[in-house]
Amino acid sequence: MSNFLASINYNSWILHVLLVFPLLGAVAVFLSPAALAKRLAFAVTLLEFLLSLGLWWSVNTSNGTMELMQTIPWIPQWGISYAVGIDGISLTMVLLTTMLMPLCVLGSFAAITEREPGYYALLLVLTTGMIGVFIAMDMFLFYVFWEVMLVPMYFLIGVWGGKNRLYAALKFFIYTMAGSLLMLVAILVMVRVAAVMGDGKVSFSYFHLLQYAQSPIMGRIAPWLFLAFFLAFAIKVPLFPFHTWLPDAHVEAPTAGSVILASVLLKMGTYGFIRFAIPFFPGVAFSTFVTNTVVTLAVIGVVYGALVAMVQPDIKKLVAYSSVSHLGFAVLGIWAASVQGVQGALMVMIGHGFSTGALFFLIGMIYERRHTREINAYGGLARVVPIFSLILTVVALASIGLPGLNGFVGEFLVLIGSFRIYPYATGIATTGVIFAAAYMLWALQRIIFNKLDKPANEVIPDLNRRELAVLIPLLIGIVWMGLYPKPVLDKIEPAARRYILMTKGLVVPGDDVIRTKGASQ
Amino acid sequence: MNPSWIWLTIALPFAGFLVNGVLALAKPDAKRVVSLVGPGVLLAAFAVAASIFAGLWTHPPEEPIVLPLWAWIGAGALRVNFSLQVDQLSAVMLMVVTGVGSLIHIFSVGYMREDPGYARFFAYLNLFVAFMLILILGSSLPVLFVGWEGVGLCSYLLIGFWYQEKANADAGKKAFIVNRIGDFGVLIAMFLIFWTIGSLEFTDIVKHAPSAYAAGGTLITVITMFLFLGCAGKSAQIPLYVWLPDAMAGPTPVSALIHAATMVTAGVYLVARTSILFSMAPVSSMVVAGVGATTALFAASIGLRQYDIKKVLAYSTVSQLGYMFLGVGSAAYSAGVFHLVTHAFFKALLFLGSGSVIHAMHHAYHATHSHEDAQDMRNMGGLSKYLPATYWLMLLATFAIAGVPPFSGFFSKDEILSAAFGRGAEHPVFYVFWAFGVAAALMTAFYMMRLMAMTFWGENRTGTVEQEHLHEAPAIMTGPLVILGVLSVIGGVLNLPEFVGGLSHQGLEKWLEPVLAPAAKQMPVHMPHGSTETILIVAASLTAIAGLVAGWKATLAKPITVAKAAHEEVGFARVLFNKYYIDEIYQSLIVRPLVAISRLFLWKFVDQGVIDGLGVNGSGGLARALGWLGGRLQSGQLGLYVIVFVAGAVWLLHAVIR
Repeated sequence: MSNFLASINYNSWILHVLLVFPLLGAVAVFLSPAALAKRLAFAVTLLEFLLSLGLWWSVNTSNGTMELMQTIPWIPQWGISYAVGIDGISLTMVLLTTMLMPLCVLGSFAAITEREPGYYALLLVLTTGMIGVFIAMDMFLFYVFWEVMLVPMYFLIGVWGGKNRLYAALKFFIYTMAGSLLMLVAILVMVRVAAVMGDGKVSFSYFHLLQYAQSPIMGRIAPWLFLAFFLAFAIKVPLFPFHTWLPDAHVEAPTAGSVILASVLLKMGTYGFIRFAIPFFPGVAFSTFVTNTVVTLAVIGVVYGALVAMVQPDIKKLVAYSSVSHLGFAVLGIWAASVQGVQGALMVMIGHGFSTGALFFLIGMIYERRHTREINAYGGLARVVPIFSLILTVVALASIGLPGLNGFVGEFLVLIGSFRIYPYATGIATTGVIFAAAYMLWALQRIIFNKLDKPANEVIPDLNRRELAVLIPLLIGIVWMGLYPKPVLDKIEPAARRYILMTKGLVVPGDDVIRTKGASQ
Repeated sequence: MNPSWIWLTIALPFAGFLVNGVLALAKPDAKRVVSLVGPGVLLAAFAVAASIFAGLWTHPPEEPIVLPLWAWIGAGALRVNFSLQVDQLSAVMLMVVTGVGSLIHIFSVGYMREDPGYARFFAYLNLFVAFMLILILGSSLPVLFVGWEGVGLCSYLLIGFWYQEKANADAGKKAFIVNRIGDFGVLIAMFLIFWTIGSLEFTDIVKHAPSAYAAGGTLITVITMFLFLGCAGKSAQIPLYVWLPDAMAGPTPVSALIHAATMVTAGVYLVARTSILFSMAPVSSMVVAGVGATTALFAASIGLRQYDIKKVLAYSTVSQLGYMFLGVGSAAYSAGVFHLVTHAFFKALLFLGSGSVIHAMHHAYHATHSHEDAQDMRNMGGLSKYLPATYWLMLLATFAIAGVPPFSGFFSKDEILSAAFGRGAEHPVFYVFWAFGVAAALMTAFYMMRLMAMTFWGENRTGTVEQEHLHEAPAIMTGPLVILGVLSVIGGVLNLPEFVGGLSHQGLEKWLEPVLAPAAKQMPVHMPHGSTETILIVAASLTAIAGLVAGWKATLAKPITVAKAAHEEVGFARVLFNKYYIDEIYQSLIVRPLVAISRLFLWKFVDQGVIDGLGVNGSGGLARALGWLGGRLQSGQLGLYVIVFVAGAVWLLHAVIR
């Protein structure tokens, strides 16, 4: 495989193609008739996925450094360039995104019946935005992608969403915008300070800023800059107490919107911590005050999210709050900054992408049949729709971390990796496994078990082939990564170790580990 | 057979699960295939297990044989392989699980034949065995944990097998959640062990524990206490026993296999497996023994006043598991395992026998369209006439569980009580535990004889029409009972005590020695000898017989009224009948407050009130802004907003850069 990819010079063009191709596709889809739009969009996303697959073999992740780096001046007078690169962490996030998109398109076939070209075109624009966020190596470019992503999502919720879609869309937009504007200011200030205090060069380059961010000159304002980044990412994660936009956005978003929101968009928050907020300001991020605050909020998120999920009457809200709980684990692992903790956090991010994505698909499928998200409107479905019930059960179990399925790997690694660093906080977070069982099994019981006592539920058809085609890839991922996560863990380990060195201020850009040797355990 | 084939014992039932699972979805009527595949894979797994066991018997390994299958979770110093471990302890468990499992699978062919979920039932049952084997064969705590939670899952699915009854689905959910409380303990224990020993492999734990921990220190005590929390969940000990009686909602073969013979003994297995840790933590061991003895007594007392035949057996199981913990808590690990094995025989027999009874009762009521309770012993009576084989076999099992010599339970229970008594010399509190055990033994004999008397003796109370329809179960159900009957009677030979001729040097204790020797070095067992031993044995035998006689006399002393005409219990009997109201107490002290706090305080107040109300929508400010923007949007002016924003951003950018 590697030889073939080398022969077509894959590494030199793939990142650009992954960004441009969906945009071109979006134009084509937007201009095509409604009947063709969805098929075209599916073809584009599928091809995008197949193209991206080569990254698995072609990217050398063993150093943990950014590979396939390409820098092209864009607005040279402002020091802005089109710079992209990829490491093991970005790789898994990009593949997660490209894998989900064809499923999102396929999963929308029946649900979206109005203004289809616009809908699918927006999904494709969103694809570019998401991939861009994960590979941008220029802070301005990163910011552009960050915002680009926001707009299609805003319209997806606002146009194709549920009854209360306008409120939810605006809440989502303003909430995340508030965070990202602060981040923009922080980026601009960093660039300015770096230019003034450094060699006078104005540059938005990630590595350039990384270098100056770690130098003492940023000292006094560093806490404020960190705070700006932190808020932008904490809202996205979402970390308690910045999470209240999520349940509303999920409830009102169309199925694909919920899937993308949960599976990819939330991960940008944790990704942002790992890539930007912490490496830029490790001293601030790991100061006693910030550490205590973040770890406390993460642990509160784990337990609080699970408890609030337990009492939700609306199934989408339940899953939304469960995300708050799961992402709390990820943040805990990131701040533990041990190999297991960070790798676990990444596995939680990936695993949550699979299982929560699948959950939202399943909810969408049953919603299309019954037009209600009230848990109590269901009951006894196992008898009517056994295949739906089986898949829902497997996915629910994956989500609550049943060993052998993917959720366990991430949770276990986060907890074991954080335990040494924050034993008490981790101990409390571990109770999350109990509450997770409570909210998930209670919901499962009220949906697929109990008496089949509502006439409307007696006649619903089981999953069709298209729906199975959406779910089976996710199921394969859930089982495969539960039983044999090693290939993925191997891909992310060097980058995770590099991140850990950054948290200790042991790595500065240039790409090499320079100051001291070896990572921790 | 070479032990490297051990994976087959897992793969076979797993393949059965796949076949039966597909059939359950695609062709639920293909009962003949299911009847072949379901028990077939188990028998094949038993054959493999037996042949491997035979190999081990002739050449017992000195070190555990570890067979890595694939690299599972690896990050930094944590390297967990998916590997299996074959040694004397896992071999014994392997034989029990596949052997008793096979018998119960065969029984189920008859018992479940008319159920519409036949294929689904065998799919779950096969999957259970696969997970149970992962549990006992896993070479490390995380692999064990895969089986540990996996059997919990199957237990959940099988308790709620008839999921259309809310009570059944509730019981399944309760089992899973209560077990998760225990699993929390196992997880914390794993974290502590990993960061102190650097590995979660059992062989490494055995090797490094003596140097890594100070015997009797805080750390080892904390680790073992967390481990024991897991054991208390899985093996239904105080305070986490509450799920097991409810678990009787599942089909009776499930109660026999999962909730008596195999899964619920996993906690005892885990203590034996990590005996090196418990033997270094005398305080924890004392807690284990104390909880075990108290549970044995407490559950036995509840069993005295239950009328549902399966509920009696359920509390009996909780009680007997308590004995096993009394054994392992007294550092008599082999005695605990011994009782685990004999209990698997006689309790599986009792459950399957009760299944045979329920089967007959159910058919009788079904034939007459009666809605009486087929499990209530007050509706039975005189069944020995109709179910003679079941009756005689259950009577043997009753003698075994009551501890009548020379039935199997006598030897294993006696060993546990002797070990507890022996430890009393060091810590007098063990005399109390021993006394609890003796009192529980008296109650055991009593409630078992009460069960037999109410079910099989006296006048029949099922109903005159119904009587005609009471029949003995078919051979496919009584066959397995006969085998279990033989094992219940002679199971004691596995580990005969010294006074019967000093055979113990060839018995289970000797067999397990390579595995348990490191623990024995830390905490030797002191078995009473000579006249003390004789007195203890005579006392135990007399206790058993006294209990049996009392149970028989008391039950048949006055006429029993059928369930629907029965009066409410009064006095302490009412407390026992209502199981000391523990479920109600948990419900009102833990479950309801937690749900109420989550709903009213966390969600309504914190989330919607404080964060959203004050913070986000800030006294209506943002809400108004949202409303305003919403208005703009609807009049198509969001574009303006975006332009303003972009212009502002560009201006800001410009200002900063220049």
